[in-house]
Amino acid sequence: MPETYLPVLLALAFALILGGVILAASGLIGRGSGGRVKLSPYESGEPLLDPSRKRISILFFLIAIDFVIFDVEAAFLYPWVLVLREGGWPLFWSVMVFVALILVGFVYIWRKGGLDLKKRFRTRWQEASHG
Amino acid sequence: MSGLLAAMLEATGPTLFHYVLVPLIKIAIVLFAGVLPLIMYLVLAERKVLGFMQARVGPNRVGLWGLLQPIADVMKLLVKEDVVPRRAVRWAFVLGPCLVVAPAFVIFSVIPFGPPAATEGGISWFVTDINVALLMVLALATLPVYGIILGGWGSNSKFSLLGGLRSAAQMISYEVPQGFALVGPLLLAGTMSLVGIVEAQRDLGMWFIVPQFVAFFVFLVAGVAESNRNPFDLPEAESELVAGFHTEYTGIRFALFFLGEYANMIVVSSVAVTLFLGGWLRPFPSVEALSFLDLSFLPAGLGGVVWFSLKLFVFLFVYIWFRGTFPRYRFDQLMALGWKWMIPLALVNLFLTGLVKVWV
Amino acid sequence: MAPTVTVPTPLPEKFPEGTVVEQEGMDQPTWVVQREVLKDLALELRDGPETQFDLMLDLCGTDYPERDQRFEAVYHLYSLPRGERLRLKVPVTEDVPTLPSLIDVWKACDWFEREAWDMFGLRFDGHPNLRRILTHEAFQGHPLRKDYDPARRWILTEDKIYRPHPQPPEGEDDDDIFERMTINIGPSHPAMHGTFRVVATLDGETIVASEVEIGYLHRCFEKMAETHTWQQVIPYTDRLNYCSSFINNVAYCKTVETMLGIEAPPRAVWARTILSEFSRIMDHCVANGSTLVDAGALTNFWYMFQPREEIYGLLEACSGARLTVSYGRIGGLSADLPPDFEARCRRLLEIIPPFIDDVDGLIAKNRIWLDRSVGVAAISGEEAVNWGWTGPCLRASGVGYDVRKAHPYDLYDTVDWEVPIFHGGDVHDRYRVRMAEIRQSLSIIRQLLDRGMPEGPVIVDDPHIALPSKEACYNQMESMIYHFKLIMDGIQVPPGERYSMVEGANGELGFYIVSDGGGKPYRVKVRPPCFPMMSTFSRLIEGGTVSDAVVSLGGLNVIAGELER
Repeated sequence: MPETYLPVLLALAFALILGGVILAASGLIGRGSGGRVKLSPYESGEPLLDPSRKRISILFFLIAIDFVIFDVEAAFLYPWVLVLREGGWPLFWSVMVFVALILVGFVYIWRKGGLDLKKRFRTRWQEASHG
Repeated sequence: MSGLLAAMLEATGPTLFHYVLVPLIKIAIVLFAGVLPLIMYLVLAERKVLGFMQARVGPNRVGLWGLLQPIADVMKLLVKEDVVPRRAVRWAFVLGPCLVVAPAFVIFSVIPFGPPAATEGGISWFVTDINVALLMVLALATLPVYGIILGGWGSNSKFSLLGGLRSAAQMISYEVPQGFALVGPLLLAGTMSLVGIVEAQRDLGMWFIVPQFVAFFVFLVAGVAESNRNPFDLPEAESELVAGFHTEYTGIRFALFFLGEYANMIVVSSVAVTLFLGGWLRPFPSVEALSFLDLSFLPAGLGGVVWFSLKLFVFLFVYIWFRGTFPRYRFDQLMALGWKWMIPLALVNLFLTGLVKVWV
Repeated sequence: MAPTVTVPTPLPEKFPEGTVVEQEGMDQPTWVVQREVLKDLALELRDGPETQFDLMLDLCGTDYPERDQRFEAVYHLYSLPRGERLRLKVPVTEDVPTLPSLIDVWKACDWFEREAWDMFGLRFDGHPNLRRILTHEAFQGHPLRKDYDPARRWILTEDKIYRPHPQPPEGEDDDDIFERMTINIGPSHPAMHGTFRVVATLDGETIVASEVEIGYLHRCFEKMAETHTWQQVIPYTDRLNYCSSFINNVAYCKTVETMLGIEAPPRAVWARTILSEFSRIMDHCVANGSTLVDAGALTNFWYMFQPREEIYGLLEACSGARLTVSYGRIGGLSADLPPDFEARCRRLLEIIPPFIDDVDGLIAKNRIWLDRSVGVAAISGEEAVNWGWTGPCLRASGVGYDVRKAHPYDLYDTVDWEVPIFHGGDVHDRYRVRMAEIRQSLSIIRQLLDRGMPEGPVIVDDPHIALPSKEACYNQMESMIYHFKLIMDGIQVPPGERYSMVEGANGELGFYIVSDGGGKPYRVKVRPPCFPMMSTFSRLIEGGTVSDAVVSLGGLNVIAGELER
């Protein structure tokens, strides 16, 4: 019944309007003074040492890729769940093969260290103490 | 009242009446009489409960027992100056907080707070019941990540950016085990309608937490992580990244982020209550001797709403309890926990549940 | 652990005649060393089997404008295996104020040499980074020189400020360099208790290089001490380690007392020991509480701060002040103990342990806390000694040096207690050492209370040192004159120099004081225990994440007031 989705759209519109109204109200009521120092970005009270926007560490992108793979897998599972009773064993095992394929990839990432986010390297400290 | 409704039904026609007018009124009631006051007093309750746990008093100056504190806070945040830092990306900076709040509010439109109407044309205790509700909840629950990352990136501050990245990585990492964990109850219920899932628990005679305890545990952990709460509150770890992604936010935009965090807490709790704790059902729904717990003396299924609220409050208390107890994870440990423990755990649970489902 | 009978350090023979000369009549063995042989001598002293001076405690400058060789660099060395102390003095002229850097011998010299450069203009050849450390970059002159006018004012501008840019070690993949981000953590940052600035270069979340900047709370305590009478210096000592200010009072007063050749009366000594231990408990509570709150365990922070609050009540009853007590006086205490002193102490002994146990119960076996702390910012005992560490942090690295045991003072040798030692050297063991020490301190206090409060005065009965009572002052001519002399001229301390130390809450707290016989100190140098530890900080956090850095700072218990003086 597509009509049942109408309230969701209404709620979305409602939430957006509410957000807009709150922001607008604050804009009308709130005071503003500004100033050079006040508008400078927070950097623990010191001038910036280098630009704020730089290329982001690759580790975050790796996580994002992992996520996409697994979320797509989860999305496939939902319809499977609903028809599992009718499908019986063939459906069960076929999806399990699919999951197993993904798991191979998962184990590979794990073994490769793709899930370890702390980058390891030798520091000055270690170099000094271990020669 | 009913006369007025009948007149409106007459004037608008059934489709417009049932799917636009009534939902609109319900949405307004849910937001203004339910969620928003709940959030305001949840903040106060958290401060009070934490105060109690930490051998101190908590807010007690504004009104009796500090009961007017939330109102004072809202007023203060409303009249504060909105600072947009220099060289910030303005559209991202403004859109960020809205994106955190709006999805949470939309989710409330599919949460069944109480049972459906007993008779045709009666009041059901939810805005709407759609057959892919769970999928929609999952989809909408991911949206706040965009708000956080936009806000963090748009602020032109390194602390915000790091906080934004952290929370994005954290939220998507826990999205996966959460998604897998939800498959368990789904398998048992055979429907994605939230009303249907609660009814399946009634038919089964027990809450899904009993057969799906592992899934519940994974969902709980992932839910806490998704709403950025202690011990997973890294994105805004005040001792490390100052305030994380909302370092640069002031006034009402900050308030929206704040609102979003608490709204998400309530969303996660509501979903957990619906899926695992039997929604509006009383404990042991199959035991006849306990049927007085249905509170059927209350009119129009209000007893169900009472049960739902009770469970919700317990869940919210657990959130606060966590905050009073645990230290914070480190970023890499948090990710390792998600990827190396929660995902395999959820997968094993999925496999076993599927096996049982097909077998029986 | 220190031997009771110490063998005096033999004067090395391999150096030319006159380059290493023993100075007679000193409080501890003192050698005057020519700068040409300093580095060889230092290596010899560190590695020689008969010397084994492994701990460089303190390096400071002194200024004698009337001498040919105007400046002296004074090193205080300590041998942990032998329990023996040695002072080296290296005279240099004003025209060529250079001496070799000993950074290769003792890494602790790193910041101490920078400080001596900053304060006196002594140059250390071979120091890799000889910049100002306590004063601003735009500051001119060297403030501790005798001819520097304390009233001088400088306009310090931001454009002259040094901009640190820590560079990671060479040989890294060049493609990565674009992804690094340099951030300021501090001075105005919630994790920097006090005001420090850590500039960290991050790769993702990992700190690949860092630099620590201090000096935001520098007030030149040592210069102020030179312009005040001996007793007037005491309130300034409160502001060194302000978490345990009473211990600073004791350390300073004891040093001056030994110079005067007097001893505080038994009642004062008894009270000093008890209050020092209470101060230590407070300090440990602050250190552990802030470590835990930085790890996100908020509740523990409140539990750790409650005992502190209660102890403040006791200090307030004694001295009238809570934080900066100024309760010690040269020769004793400023006022008699309150009549309910013992009852108050007993009550504290009742209420403190539950809080400590609760924190341990909440955290000791908590998986998250163990993950966060075990192996984080670890340092080996050997390294820690080389960097000049002392106190609980050194004992967490497996080196059991405690001044109270090795060189007992006050009543510490008359009570039964242990020095807790842990071997991990990490955040977790620093936490555990402090928890164990709190329990030991409670035991010390309990034993002293059981012994009973000695009767008698709390300050020496010597009109040249202690102020006469108000009553005597108003009624007796003689007392009034003494009062006048003490206020106007101050105590007359005989000429000489003295280094003496107590176990501060975070390590050996030493005072090196030079007197020229006048009513004011000629030179006061504090050996701040947290200074060498903070100099290690940038090395400690490299290779860890920002979270590791934050969680390790609290455990070092770096107090800005003492660090920067």
